[in-house]
Amino acid sequence: MSKVHVTTTVNGDEVEFLAEPRQSLLEVLRDELKLTGTKEGCNDGNCGACSVVFDGTLVASCCVLGVEADGKKVETVEGMATPDALHPLQQAFLEETGMQCGICTPGFLISSKELLKSKPNPSEEEIRFWLANNLCRCTGYDKIVKAVQKAAAVMEEA
Amino acid sequence: MNAPTTPPPVKTEFDVVGTTPIRKDGEEKVTGAALFGDDIHLPGMLHGAMLRSPHPHARIVSIDTSKAAALKGVRTVITGADMPTLSSTVVAAGEGGEVNMQDIADNCIARDKVFYDGHVVAAVAADNKHIAEAACALIEVEYELLEPVLNVHDAVAEGAPVLHEDYTPGAFLFPTQKALPNAGRLFMEHGDVDATFDACDHVVEREFTTKSVHQGYIEPHVTTAVWTGEDTLTIHTSTQGGFAIRDFMASFMNMPMSKIKVVPMEIGGGFGGKDVVYLDSLAAVMAKRTGRPVKIFMSRSEVLRGTGPSPETYIKVKIGCNNEGQLLAADLYLLFEAGAYPGGPIAPGTMCALTRYNIPNVRLDGYDVFLNKPKMKPYRAPGATQANFAAESAIADLAEMAGIDPIQFRLTNALKPGDMMPMGFPCPPLGSIEMLNAIKNHPHYTAPLEGENRGRGISYAFWFGAGLASCAEIRCNTDGTINLTTGSADLSGTRTTLGMQAAEELGVDNDLITTNVGDTDSVGYTFQSVGSRTTFATGIAVISACRKLVEEMKKRAAMEWEVEGSEVDYASGVFTLKSDSSKTLSFGEICGKADHTGGPLIADASEFPEGVGFQIAANIVDVEVDVETGKVDILRYSTLQDVGKAVHPDFVEGQMQGGTVQGIGWALNEEYFYDEKGTLRNPTLLDYRMPTSLDVPNIDCTILETPNPGHPYGVRGVGEVPIVPPPAAIRDAIKNAIGVSLNDLPMKPGNVLKAIWEQKGK
Repeated sequence: MSKVHVTTTVNGDEVEFLAEPRQSLLEVLRDELKLTGTKEGCNDGNCGACSVVFDGTLVASCCVLGVEADGKKVETVEGMATPDALHPLQQAFLEETGMQCGICTPGFLISSKELLKSKPNPSEEEIRFWLANNLCRCTGYDKIVKAVQKAAAVMEEA
Repeated sequence: MNAPTTPPPVKTEFDVVGTTPIRKDGEEKVTGAALFGDDIHLPGMLHGAMLRSPHPHARIVSIDTSKAAALKGVRTVITGADMPTLSSTVVAAGEGGEVNMQDIADNCIARDKVFYDGHVVAAVAADNKHIAEAACALIEVEYELLEPVLNVHDAVAEGAPVLHEDYTPGAFLFPTQKALPNAGRLFMEHGDVDATFDACDHVVEREFTTKSVHQGYIEPHVTTAVWTGEDTLTIHTSTQGGFAIRDFMASFMNMPMSKIKVVPMEIGGGFGGKDVVYLDSLAAVMAKRTGRPVKIFMSRSEVLRGTGPSPETYIKVKIGCNNEGQLLAADLYLLFEAGAYPGGPIAPGTMCALTRYNIPNVRLDGYDVFLNKPKMKPYRAPGATQANFAAESAIADLAEMAGIDPIQFRLTNALKPGDMMPMGFPCPPLGSIEMLNAIKNHPHYTAPLEGENRGRGISYAFWFGAGLASCAEIRCNTDGTINLTTGSADLSGTRTTLGMQAAEELGVDNDLITTNVGDTDSVGYTFQSVGSRTTFATGIAVISACRKLVEEMKKRAAMEWEVEGSEVDYASGVFTLKSDSSKTLSFGEICGKADHTGGPLIADASEFPEGVGFQIAANIVDVEVDVETGKVDILRYSTLQDVGKAVHPDFVEGQMQGGTVQGIGWALNEEYFYDEKGTLRNPTLLDYRMPTSLDVPNIDCTILETPNPGHPYGVRGVGEVPIVPPPAAIRDAIKNAIGVSLNDLPMKPGNVLKAIWEQKGK
């Protein structure tokens, strides 16, 4: 299958790759760009482990084609921390034990980041509603919800 | 199961244990840097895919792989005929049972017959996954269809189609005996059950059913095999136990164990479903044939069709008591699906169904039933959730019939320390009475609950847990830092809880210790991270290694002072000369002098702990039932658990909350849905629906600590028992809300409505 040349921006860096038209954005991120922080849990948009921000919209990257990224901006978990500091959400997930195995964590972080962008001070119900996009089988969600609440408080103070 | 021996005293004052440091593998996991099974990319690596049977029961007449092999980019195609012949098929399992390795090999790829929808019949390795999948679609298989056996009642009926002409009966935890053409049996009886029922004032008889549920780990199964020499194999995989994979593979490949290295990657959830080989043997054979590394990553539908689940069950309970509420007799008949091959969790399910109560006359009759579904796997306290739903629900109904308060009824009958257990030894320390009283005094239990169609329920649960083999190796660096390596896969933070035990035992700062999950070449044999055993059993190995290290370091200090090692004391990171307390050397100073005092400081330990502390848990739940739709909403949830000693209380709460939510999913909406042809109809996460954050409230946790004398710090296993009580507690709450008894899981809207209509009319 012939490949398509794609130029896109990932976490602020302009990158180029060749993708088969059938490859998902998830596949391209993981296999071509070696950004393996974004995870595959179901490959049909139901678990949220592959969540990324695609031109300002939260998407399941398994349901977007790699070639669609041409000229777009993609944000993944690898872009959340600066060289100096973790993102407040990352720090809060650590402090509140908002993870166990960690496979769903990148998706929850990206999804939570988008929530706090639109609602800087969400209620518990709003957090639970928003994060219902993302499945976690380990934690039972409580500590994830608390981590998001803590990060919201930290970010509001900053 | 051995009786616990008299243990040394348990430590009660702690510096590190009981605190909540941030986990050491955490930063990698929040930045995306952590390497899980699918995150490995080796040079020249090929990608595998499998063709799976669409039929639940069929004989393979022929497989034509020629078109697939001819596809550009395909490097090899294999079928069951290409797999090595096992030199030894039946091997010993614990407690006198046996495991048929051929069954486990055949479950990876069928040889002559397929036994379930989703059974692998061929595999392809190609330049990429898409080509491999396309090639699978070109493989032509001719099947001779056989009549499938799809439920336990059909399977044990006379004249049922027979799956296996001969079989080795299952031996999961405890052996079963050959009993029926499609079932092994576990039978236990003490007392005179039938005569005692006649003497009971109250007797309840109920039939319960539960559906198959999947462990539901978010990371699908994945493995990468690479031959590093003609006869040396390395496997990078996501597993609950590298050594188990190594040993299975040595058997499947007819190789010495020493020639296989299993490198455990970060694991994205297991819950009992990732402790066996599914993909490794296929990847290894294809890697051998192509001379290149081969990775295989399952799709989600493959995970649901071909791995896991926990068995569907039918459980009939008869149980009786006197007017004082004393349980006198119980009779349980349990049919647990084993799936395609023997060895489902019938034994632990049967054996812990009633263990938390003293009942003088008991008959337990359990069957491990073979039928045309995937080979059933353990799922967090395997078998206990199904058995507890049935037994605990019958006991709730019996207490109601006898007119006795449900907690008082349980207090009257609760197994207490010192009571003789069915296994033939007295119950070790257990906070059973404390826990039942803790329910009674819990602010949730005493809070008023008002509103129509609302009800509160409780349940109480028991699980064994496991000890088994663990190794730990500790190495001191000359700067005073410490590397700790164990063979235990880390599913949820055990690197941290094991490092904390080392810091506690050594009396040093927790930050000095870096804990590592060793590959199978770098540390001694360690059983899988199953049975809630890692923090308990591997913790004991860690503590033993630390004690050896301290003894060695005392000798090094003694060398400096030119005395005997016995002349040196050690406490809180400081070595002191007994005869002159002004002479001290710090832990770090001894590390720094290692080269001058005999060489690097290391210590290792190998342990097989017997003193497993039993796990008990209880739930309090408030529900509201929508009687128009049958939907059950959870309003409030509290769980209580005796953990012995909480090493990291936040992690303990995480286990309690996570297990409870899995139990809620099992209770209310998760189920495998097979059609009448034996095809799984819901193999996606849209249709196999696990709880989301919106489906559940906060799970309030109460941690009780009755020290387990079998661990130096009193630790019990924690991970498994939280999943057990929810179904019975939620059934109890629904009954108290609307006066309707749900005896079939899941208690989904349809089943709730059906029960309302049957019991109260439309």
